[in-house]
Amino acid sequence: MLSRTADHLYWMARYTERAENLARMLDVNSRMSLLPQGTEILEQGWIATLTIIGLMDLFRQRYDSVTSSNVIAFMAFDRENPLSICSCVHAARENARAVRGTLTSEIWETLNATWLEMRGTSLRSSSEAEVGNFFEWVKYRSHVARGVIQGTMLRDEAWHFTWLGTYLERADSTARILDVKYHLLLPRGEQAGGAADYYQWSALLHSVSAFEIYRRVYRDLITPRRVAELLVLRDDMPRSLRRCMSQVHMHLQSVRNAQSAETERRAGELEASLHFGRIESVFEVGLHEYLVRFLGQVRDLSDRVSRDFLVSAAD
Amino acid sequence: MSATSYDEMHASDGEVREHYRTFASWLARTPSDRVAHKRAEADTLFHRVGITFTVYGEDAGTERLIPFDIVPRIIPANEWKHLAAGLKQRVRALNAFTNDIYHSQEILQAGRIPAEQVLCNGQYRPEMQGIDVPGSIYAHIAGVDVVRAGEGEFYVLEDNLRVPSGVSYMLEDRRMMMRLFPELFALHSVAPVEHYPDLLLENLRSVAPSGVNDPTVVLLTPGAYNSAYFEHAFLAQQMGIELVEGQDLFVDDEFVYMRTTRGPQRVDVIYRRIDDDFLDPLVFRPDSMLGIPGLLAAYRAGRVTVANAIGTGVADDKSIYPYVPEMIRFYLGEEPLLSNVPTFVLRRPEDLAYTLAHLKDLVVKEVHGAGGYGMLIGPAASKAELEAFRQRILRSPEKYIAQPTLALSACPTFVDAGIAPRHIDLRPFVLSGREVTLVPGGLTRVALREGSLVVNSSQGGGTKDTWVLER
Repeated sequence: MLSRTADHLYWMARYTERAENLARMLDVNSRMSLLPQGTEILEQGWIATLTIIGLMDLFRQRYDSVTSSNVIAFMAFDRENPLSICSCVHAARENARAVRGTLTSEIWETLNATWLEMRGTSLRSSSEAEVGNFFEWVKYRSHVARGVIQGTMLRDEAWHFTWLGTYLERADSTARILDVKYHLLLPRGEQAGGAADYYQWSALLHSVSAFEIYRRVYRDLITPRRVAELLVLRDDMPRSLRRCMSQVHMHLQSVRNAQSAETERRAGELEASLHFGRIESVFEVGLHEYLVRFLGQVRDLSDRVSRDFLVSAAD
Repeated sequence: MSATSYDEMHASDGEVREHYRTFASWLARTPSDRVAHKRAEADTLFHRVGITFTVYGEDAGTERLIPFDIVPRIIPANEWKHLAAGLKQRVRALNAFTNDIYHSQEILQAGRIPAEQVLCNGQYRPEMQGIDVPGSIYAHIAGVDVVRAGEGEFYVLEDNLRVPSGVSYMLEDRRMMMRLFPELFALHSVAPVEHYPDLLLENLRSVAPSGVNDPTVVLLTPGAYNSAYFEHAFLAQQMGIELVEGQDLFVDDEFVYMRTTRGPQRVDVIYRRIDDDFLDPLVFRPDSMLGIPGLLAAYRAGRVTVANAIGTGVADDKSIYPYVPEMIRFYLGEEPLLSNVPTFVLRRPEDLAYTLAHLKDLVVKEVHGAGGYGMLIGPAASKAELEAFRQRILRSPEKYIAQPTLALSACPTFVDAGIAPRHIDLRPFVLSGREVTLVPGGLTRVALREGSLVVNSSQGGGTKDTWVLER
């Protein structure tokens, strides 16, 4: 298929996934802000989220103070912010539009409808209920998009590039969401392992739709080690790093070309390390340090995918 | 609207014409709220499907719907037969003319068309001189604009032989009508148009360079911000071919390749929706970012077919238009079946004098204009507008032609106040390859403003489904 077409499909999928994960990430902090805590802690939570997404500087340029309503305005609706949910939904739609001839009409119509609805949406208040509904809607539209892709798309190269984008993005996002916890402070007087800590971990689990899964799998208390194990190493957890990397590796194998051997090897190496890794070794390095390194590896793979397939070096 | 204009639905005594009777009685017995509901549904569907066009001169990327009217334009079988024969004849002659101009120029030597009119025309491409193209076909796709005037006779208004657009609306309008009012199709035998993409693909494959057995056809678009992008994507999808941009193609050793995820792949036929000027920056506009450097060399070497051919503009230029009947006589030895609109060519002093004296009764068009831009409609213009246009004509008369204002036929159309007659035209699409074909129908455009004669979508025109009845 055309390199440019593959590029648009890949980014269509990445932006769709990114919009969803931004909603998830913001949702963690929204949920945490319900805890009885001082404004300082709340502010620290938002700063952590913005830092992890890499947008703290841009936010400071555009807003005076770190309040829930400012951050949500910035991250959800601000078109000047290239990584707001609104901008991502738009970018997904524009990428789809550029290759609408390659997509089934259902896929295009779904992404177009999401954008049309997004454009007509604004929050009347930053009340918890309204913000929560909005995040739910973003996730729901992303589910619909994936479902339509799953249900209507020919299993050809276009399919593989679409999922390559989805899983690379998801690997990146899950790692960042998990890392949010590292940056969070506990309220004064609270201990690690105390109620507030528990609440933070459970909010994180909720945000990646893993709370019930955790209960089913472990039937036990929520501990950092198990949360990390679930989101890093478990193959049956759809948003875990391992699951994402095994999918990335598989789709890379399906689109293999003359120059992609090294990219495939690196993806395989990363997958193997997750496959055979133990959570103890992750914690020996330190979870935060581990995640930072993982994000670097995902970035490397993304760059290599672009070079090998998407910007063609044909001439 | 003008009192003399032909009404497609009603005869002069107010009786509904025979071919509209079934529709009229359906409309009379269908509750108006159901019709209103269906009209709203059509709007929603068009928006969701994203059947939009981009408007130039507004914010970049503004997408608008072309209004769709649910009253079909109905053409009886016998009228279509005549029209189709006339269109095929015309396109055959136009292809013969283009081939002649780029080879021996017999028609010029015979003095039937002034040579300087052709050879000094900006649309004449000397680069094409002496190049043989497959099947000697230049205009593989022609979108000929036809209007009815007077007592209902057909006139050809212009021959669009470069990159005519609109066929996607013909197809989508039909799809929409069938979805909204399936019962109407049970009541009428409407000739199908849905096979147009198949015909088009077959046509494009039939003109591949000789020796290519299984040609790869691509559609070349300027990109997602072009006004007709929806159509480009739609046709590529319907034909199952790649939709490419200039950056996706490159020329190596006079072969054209597209860049794919598995390396370069040969391209044999390019259905281009980009103007000549932008096709090859090495030959035409050097600043073009849309084209493919070296394309013309590959084309000259016969390694790739470009459809429509480069240089077809010389045959559909408004200053050449007055000579088309002459072409039909010269190349085919036949009398034209369809009439031309009488045309004053303002480079001729006597035509210029007449036009300036009768400006308020005439339509003046820029020779190279398209899309209804840069055009004067005398009867609708204010004194100041007439005067301003007069100055423009005097500055460079060779840029203009003038025609009498035709009382375009009118068709009942839904407007705010209910149903009222609005002026329409028709653009059937004629395909030329191994043979000349056209699907029974076309795009009917309607001027939604009362009395307006401008049907272009960029100027507030809408579209209607076009029905050719099989009996």
